[in-house]
Amino acid sequence: MLVLTRRHNESIMIGDSVEVIVVEVKGDQVKLGIRAPKNIKVHRKEIYLAIQKENINASKSVIDKIGEIGGIFKKKNEKK
Amino acid sequence: MKIKTKPYGEIEVNEKQKLCFPEGIIGFEGISYYYLIDSREGPFYWLQAADYPELAFLLVDPRIFRKDYKLMVKDSDLQALELEMKEDLLDFAIVTVPEDHSKITANLMGPIVINKKTRVAKQVISENEEYTVKHYMLEEMKQQKEKILETG
Repeated sequence: MLVLTRRHNESIMIGDSVEVIVVEVKGDQVKLGIRAPKNIKVHRKEIYLAIQKENINASKSVIDKIGEIGGIFKKKNEKK
Repeated sequence: MKIKTKPYGEIEVNEKQKLCFPEGIIGFEGISYYYLIDSREGPFYWLQAADYPELAFLLVDPRIFRKDYKLMVKDSDLQALELEMKEDLLDFAIVTVPEDHSKITANLMGPIVINKKTRVAKQVISENEEYTVKHYMLEEMKQQKEKILETG
């Protein structure tokens, strides 16, 4: 892993199009600004991993009981 | 045309039900095409992978169990859908059904948004930080009912 030291308001470039700027440093928190093209997704890693894990859980849903649950909820009001 | 589905075996579908997820679903990035199928059970829908019969996600409109639900996503995420009109936007949450099906949950942190007109879809990340990946649907629906009773 490449490790760089940066100060407040300094930045790094990743490739030609992604810039990461140190906006604020306070105690053990670092506020980063990210300038990137729209097609590059930027997320906090833990959120991304949580969604990934839940999608995998969802893909393993126990589907034979869905009929029983379905009845509990109101029927669709309108067809989408 | 007929396709193989996880919940119902082989069924007839219409090309209009076919959605394209250019970036896939998080964790399933390589899979772009799904069919949106009305479920035969209650308020759900199925998102059935076109080429993988064993892969399907159960979807729900979160407003079914949370009247106060609001889709909050980045403008850039919606721009990716190239919506012409707000009315063309359709949004769902992915549902997880565990062995104990009373513990059914909906993922409000990573909603699915769809442009009805172009049938381009995307899983986005909610900007509302109160939303998590596991909302217990039955519990939240009950809480909501109690709230309504209390306030009359």
